Formats: sequence, structure tokens, C-alpha cells
Amino acid sequence: MKVRCIPLLVALTAIPVAASAADDADLRALRDEVARMRQTYEKRIDALEQRLAQAESKAAAAESVAAKAETAAALPPTAPVGANAFNPNISLILSGLYSNLSSDPAGYRITGFHLPSGALADIRPQRGFSLTESELGISANVDQLFYGAMNFAVHPDNTVSTEEAFVQTTSLPQGLTVKAGRYFSGIGYLNEQHAHAWDFIDAPLPYQAFLGGQFNNDGVQLRWLAPTDTYLEIGAELGRGANYPGTGRNKNGSGASAIFAHLGGDVGASNNWRAGLSLLTTSPQDRQWDDIDAVDAPITNSFTGSSKLWIADAVWKWAPNGNTNNTNFKLQGEYLRRIEDGTLVYNSAAAGSYSATQSGWYVQGIYQFAPYWRVGLRTERLDTGTVDYGVNNASLLRPDYAPARNALMLDFNPSEFSRLRLQLAQDKSRQGVTDNQLFLQYQMSLGAHGAHKF
Amino acid sequence: MLNESIRSLLAVALGAFALPAFAALNILACEPEWGALAQELGGDKVSIYNATNAFQDPHHVQAKPSLLARARNADLVVCTGSQLEIGWLPILQQQAGNPKIQTGQPGNFEAARLVRMLEVPSSVDRSLGDVHPGGNPHIQTDPRNIGLVAAGLAQRLAEVDPANSAFYQANYKAFAERWKAAILNWEKQAAPLKGMNIVVHHKAFVYLENWLGLKEIAALEPKPGVEPTSAHLSEVLALLQRQPAKAVIRAAYTDGRGSEWLAERAKIPAVMLPFTVGGSERAKDLFGLYDDTVQKLLSALNQAAGKI
Repeated sequence: MKVRCIPLLVALTAIPVAASAADDADLRALRDEVARMRQTYEKRIDALEQRLAQAESKAAAAESVAAKAETAAALPPTAPVGANAFNPNISLILSGLYSNLSSDPAGYRITGFHLPSGALADIRPQRGFSLTESELGISANVDQLFYGAMNFAVHPDNTVSTEEAFVQTTSLPQGLTVKAGRYFSGIGYLNEQHAHAWDFIDAPLPYQAFLGGQFNNDGVQLRWLAPTDTYLEIGAELGRGANYPGTGRNKNGSGASAIFAHLGGDVGASNNWRAGLSLLTTSPQDRQWDDIDAVDAPITNSFTGSSKLWIADAVWKWAPNGNTNNTNFKLQGEYLRRIEDGTLVYNSAAAGSYSATQSGWYVQGIYQFAPYWRVGLRTERLDTGTVDYGVNNASLLRPDYAPARNALMLDFNPSEFSRLRLQLAQDKSRQGVTDNQLFLQYQMSLGAHGAHKF
Repeated sequence: MLNESIRSLLAVALGAFALPAFAALNILACEPEWGALAQELGGDKVSIYNATNAFQDPHHVQAKPSLLARARNADLVVCTGSQLEIGWLPILQQQAGNPKIQTGQPGNFEAARLVRMLEVPSSVDRSLGDVHPGGNPHIQTDPRNIGLVAAGLAQRLAEVDPANSAFYQANYKAFAERWKAAILNWEKQAAPLKGMNIVVHHKAFVYLENWLGLKEIAALEPKPGVEPTSAHLSEVLALLQRQPAKAVIRAAYTDGRGSEWLAERAKIPAVMLPFTVGGSERAKDLFGLYDDTVQKLLSALNQAAGKI
């Protein structure tokens, strides 16, 4: 429009030049007239220019709106439709092991600690190739109130066990969570983690001696997370307590109870920590184990009474600026102390009183020195403590021995989902036997992306 | 008498717990860009805690105790989604005992649902590396996405905290206007970047490339989430002989060794982009984030031009 106006304007301004013959008054009048016209046209041109600018900005706005509409229209793909749309998350852990042991594991036991044969079989190392805990996990939200999960584990002896099978609330207010079913108890630090999340191929010695490796329970658990910026969690459990240190019982009510508290937080951007205190109380009935008595004869003893296990745990993690990709360090330690009181039946015959206070601890450090590569060191000690067999004191052994083990591991994690591990250990859990161990392990996870606990 | 004293005790106890929650809307932002955006929209009506900082890889974060404590009290979690936080957010949801932040609740906001996702795979397999079935989750590298998310987040804030809905809408309006102007400005500044060839460390810049018309020649990671190997770096270097790039870019949290190696041999600048708020000195807020991103790319381009 602007362009079209210009020739007109030129033509108009050219008129006075052509009218040189006219007299002065006419000329002045004509000039005034032309000036007026020029003003009018300039005004009109200005107005037109303004309108043009407005139209242009409107067009730009429309364009951006259109662009927005386009981006908004192309939303991410919707959830799959069909009968399998609600299938739960499935994850599989595959794990296998090669072990080279310098001492025969046949007579394996932890000197001074009375583990039932079942619990002992779970922690006894095996020579050669074997599967380690390979797990199948299935989990999903049940509905708007509950979450459910189940984990099966295939053991080296080709048996399958249900490690966990529980439902858990997701919608209780005020930081409350209730879990029911079979679950790893919330006591300690390591106990609640699945074996594939551990930093060594086996549980530390005190966990093996006092919990048979790991304690799971059928029951109910209540947790409460305090509404504070510092992490404070308190939990309580009631359960069957069928597993060591408890036993199966034919009785109403609860055979195991646990309470625990965890405190944690950050120190700057690079450090975070958690510490906890737990108490597991079980009441084993006729808990049997094989032993050797003072005259070296094989015997079977059994214990009935109460068992209290205290656990103090702490973990400290460091990563520069909280970025764990290149380097990070984790220091973790737990102290376990068990007090048992009751009656002991010596070789299915002589009953007497029994009281024992025993303890153990481990400390481990894991350092990731480069992406994918971690090295770790663990040291473990047990104290056989004070054991009083009452009337059977003369017949039963009370070895003065402190079982110990040291382990060194190196692992390579090409991705979040795979791990290859070398572990060297010197195991002195049997009096008079030093077992030099070498383990090679793979651990892979496939299927649903597992989220790991702290 | 006794009843009354118990009641007053209870009131005090409840008050002590309830007060912090009512003082402001508690927001747990999974990544700093969403924390910054929530701050722009929420002003003093919100209290924001960023779960991660710019120097952390948001794929690899642990559900650490401090995050559980914050998730417990959150009225709203603002996250990217598209499985970026899959390694840790589900644990927070499961263990925090907070019904508000469960998936599908108004208190669970996923930014990725509001933008057009790029690199949505037609099939997924872990052999392809760390792929996200919902598409590339690093949506914050395009400021137009921030604008889209802002609109959705303002609505969500109003839904979660209806008492202040007018406040959030007014803030959104003001922000949207400033943001639009800022985008025009960035686009004007960034005009010379159009068609610029780049190498990236992680495939984290696809939205930035889409916005500014950058051309990604190669990635240093052989597969997403897999650290660069020397063999792959050599391949990239060989590729650059045939198809030269102007710069190799990476996020603030990424290890710089791969970039530096390539930069030295290919004689191109290695550029560390802030990637999110707090990722560089200048990226103090969302505006600073893109100011700095555009400036760093421009200076890399100039540096490359100066050398030739």
C-alpha cells in the first residue's frame, strides 16, 4: 500500500512546477492546496503504516500460537491399550558364581555360634560353579490404595523360595506406610536390601551368625516418616518369626517383633548419611542345631526361650557435588549384639538353663575410582561372648575364639544393569581353619528398571 | 479439666507439625529448571526444594534420606518424567507415605507430558543403551518447552493451591510475556548458529538443536548412557575429518575428558553448557540459563571462525 501511494504523491508535488505561467495568487492558493493535500496524504500514509505494523505483529502472534498448538497437539504416546496394558512390572535378576575355596566347606560352621542346619546350609560356601540368587520380581500398583510385589529366588541347590510377597499402602497420610505379607525386615541397613544390591557376594559374618544371612518375616509392618526436613523414620513389625533366629511355632499371636528408627540427612552437596538402631525380638521354640560336645561326640541341642538382637547401623556416602558417575565412596558399618535366655536341651536329653550374650560387627568401604569400576574392602569380626549352659556347662564347649573374615572385591559395571565381580576373602570363621576364597560372579538385571533403596 | 489440657496439648503438638506445611506450598523439584520455573510462577507462595543440582546426572540419583524427608512433606513434585527419574522417584513415592505425590494425583506433575517429545523410539531394547520409551527426556534445552510447561504448571499450582490461583495466573501472565520477549531476543542473537555442526557428549541436546537449527554430527557416547570409549572417540575424530564440526558440547555434570580429547585433536572448542539452572556462573535463573547457552555457542562459533 505504501508503495502504491508514492507515485501519486510524486505526481501531486510535481504539479506546481508545471504551473509556472499562473499568477502569484493562484500559485500561492495552489501551493497551499497542494501542501494541505500533502499533509492529508502523509497522515493517511502514517495511519496505513501503523495498521500494517499491527497486522504484521498479529500475524506473528498467530504464527506462534499455531506453533504452540502444533507442539501441544503432538503429545507423548499414550499408554498401550489391550488386555495386557495393566500387566505388572517384571524384572529378572540373573546371577551366577564360580568359587575356589582352599578349605573343604563340608564341615562349615561358625565356631561358637549355634546355627540350625537349614540356616547353615544357606550360608555355607560351595566349590566350583553355581547359580547364586537369581530372582524374579513382579510388582505393580494394585489400585489407588495399594502396591504389591513378589520376589522369587532360585537358590544354588535348585530350590525356589519366596523372598518377598507383600502388599503395601500408598495412600495413607501423615507419612504412614503399612506393609503386610512376607518381606525383608526393616532392621539394620543391609537386611532390607536384596542380595543383588549388596556390595559383596555374601552377607557379612555377623549377619550370617545372627540372622542366617538375612531375616525375612511373615507379618505386618508399620512405618512412620516424621514431617521434618531431617529424615527420621520409625518402624515396628509383628510377625510369625519362623526363620532363624526364630522358629516355626504352633501358637496364636506373634512370634517376632521388631522396632527400628533411622535418622539421616545431607552434609553439603557431596555427603549424605543414615544411621539406625533396631531391635528384633523372637521367641524360638525347640531351635535345634548340631554340635560337638566336650568329648568330641556329635550331638544335637535345642533352645527354647527369648532372643533379642540389637543392631546399630550407619552408612556414609560421598560423591563430588553428589555426582556419582565418576567417583564416589561409601562407608558402612553395623554392630549386632544378641542376648538369649531360656532353656537348652543337651542332645535331646538333659535340660538346663541357657543364657548367652554375643556380638559382632563389620565395616566396609566401597570406592568407585573410575566410571564402571569399584573396589571394596570389608572386615568382619564376631565375639562369642559369654555363654552359660547352666547344668550343662561341663558337657558343652565354650570356645574362646573370635571368628573373623576379610574380603576384598573389585567389580566392573558396564551399565546399570550388569556387573562382573571378583572377590577375594580370607575366612577364619572356623577355629583352626583358614579358608582362602576366590569368587567370580556375574549379576545382571533385565526387564523393568529397578529403583534401588538408599 | 484434664480433657481440656489434653486438647490444648494436642493442639500445640498438631500446630507444631502442621505449621510448616501451611506456611507455603511445598514443592519438590526433581531438576533445578523446574524448581526455577516453579519459583517464577509461585513467588513467595511456594517453598521449593531441588532434589538435584546441575552437577548431578538426573538419571543417576539415589533415593537418599534427605529426599525421602522432603518427599514426605511435598504438596507437589515437579519432575521431567519420560522415565528420567525412574531410578529414584518411585522409591520416594513408595516410602514417603505421602498420597499427594503418587502418580496420577494432582501433586505429581510431569513436564514431559506438555511438550512434543523428540526421539520417541519405535521399539526399545537395553542393547541400545539408556533409551527412554517416552522419548528424549532432556526437554529443558529448548526455552519454548519451558513456556509450554509454564502454562501447565501454573494451572497445576492453581489446582493444588486454589486459594492462590489468581496469584499464580497473574505470575504466569507476566512470566509468559517476559519469556516470549526473551525467546525472540535469543533467537535473534542465535541466528548465526543456524546450521552449525556440533558434536555432543550425551544425546541431551536434541531439543536445543531443534530450536536453534544446530546439526548434530556425532555423540561421544557410543550408546546413550555409555561412557565414551577410545575406539568410539577415534571414530568420531575420523568422521570429523570428512564432516567438520564447530564445537563439541556437553552438560555441566558430564565428565569433560572425552570432550577435551576430541577438542584438542579436532581443533574445535569444547563447550560446557549449563544445561540447567545453576550449571554455570551466569545460569542463575531460567533467563540466565539461555543467555549463557546462546552466548557460549556463539563464542564457540566465533572461536572456530577465528581459527580458519
